[in-house]
Amino acid sequence: MTDVQQFSCTVNGLQVSTAVDTRTSAADFLRQELGLTGTHVSCEQGVCGSCTILVDDAAVRSCLLLAMQLHGAVVETVESLGGLDELSTLQQTFSAEHGLQCGFCTPGILMTVEAAKRAGTSAVAVVDELLPGHLCRCTGYDNIRKAVQVYLSPEA
Amino acid sequence: MKPAAFRYRAVGSLEEALDVLSEHGEDVTIIAGGQSLMPLLNLRLARPEILLDINRIADLAFLEITADAVKMGAMTRAATVEHHAEVKQVLPVVPQAIAHIGHPQIRNRTTIGGNVAHADPSSELPGVLACLEGSVQLQSKTRGTRTVGWEDFFQSVFTTDKQPDELVTGVTFPITEPWRYSYQEVAARHGDYPVAGVTVGILEQAGVLEQVRISVVGVADRPVRLRTLEERSSGMAATAATAAVLGRFARNEVPASDDVHVSAEYRKAIVGTLVSRTVSSLLEEIGP
Repeated sequence: MTDVQQFSCTVNGLQVSTAVDTRTSAADFLRQELGLTGTHVSCEQGVCGSCTILVDDAAVRSCLLLAMQLHGAVVETVESLGGLDELSTLQQTFSAEHGLQCGFCTPGILMTVEAAKRAGTSAVAVVDELLPGHLCRCTGYDNIRKAVQVYLSPEA
Repeated sequence: MKPAAFRYRAVGSLEEALDVLSEHGEDVTIIAGGQSLMPLLNLRLARPEILLDINRIADLAFLEITADAVKMGAMTRAATVEHHAEVKQVLPVVPQAIAHIGHPQIRNRTTIGGNVAHADPSSELPGVLACLEGSVQLQSKTRGTRTVGWEDFFQSVFTTDKQPDELVTGVTFPITEPWRYSYQEVAARHGDYPVAGVTVGILEQAGVLEQVRISVVGVADRPVRLRTLEERSSGMAATAATAAVLGRFARNEVPASDDVHVSAEYRKAIVGTLVSRTVSSLLEEIGP
């Protein structure tokens, strides 16, 4: 029994209208249907944060959403940051501050910080409350915290 | 794709949702925030015939504050309540407890109705509801609406009084001025389900604890109230020494069993510590 249904949403500024098997997760849809493999999947139970994307400006786990639940939403993935030839300021800051090593967790972290920037969340709140929603197994977090500090409060 | 195949129904109104539940009740699983359900679907521990998505029912996302209660819709997001300035003022224990649910990225999706209807025995809000003596609103097509108190609603692990043709439409958290409430928990990591979580309510007058209410989650198949402690503590002095005594009472009274994470003794000790800590913090708020 396959249940295929139609839905539409905006992904990184492009209007997408398509049909999916309704049990497809948002993460699998973005990666496998749209080829946006910057969104990473790891734990697939909401703990690790590597699949974090923006849905209507809110940072959410794409592994715990169905593709169908993106209907009518504005979706943004890590591919929306910067361009092919130039990194965004957020990305440049993470690079300059060594806020990553292997980079697997980085797309999710970048999307969380992007949402925080838009919401006007303080660097302290991001470090204390939002970063714990992301697991990084390489860096020990010091440089990730530093990159967040520098990006959100450059004057400090 | 990890979940077993299901038929997906996204409905835009409460009437449509109740129609689906009325016709297919036993075969339906309702998805709200999905933050607990999606992993269960992925692991195929949940294999519904029909997945009923209520996210598009705008009427179910409300928050209403009256003189004696904060009423929330089933689809009201945890993050909305957590950052709601007025709720923080009239019933701070609710945002305080919500801050322990998963991570902010999870709470952007978590719903009040879903959290309560899921009835995880370690979950924070059911414990708060037990301490505040709150209630849950249910609605079905044929039998209309009914309100069920927390004690009848939570029946066992993942099991509530909700019937297959019913939808949880809202949750009521009573405001009981001048009671003061606080929630604290111990978890292996912030964002994990707690080893134990306690909600304490105190009614203090002129340096005396007139009444105390304590609920505990993570220790039994549903939230439990420590009734013996509540009776014994009435009339005790509102002092640090009392906070320590209440911790001992709690440790002695709370049911607990061993599990893969911790021993029963450890869990009881945690509850004792949490109770004395939480009572202390409430007494400090009041001041001398």
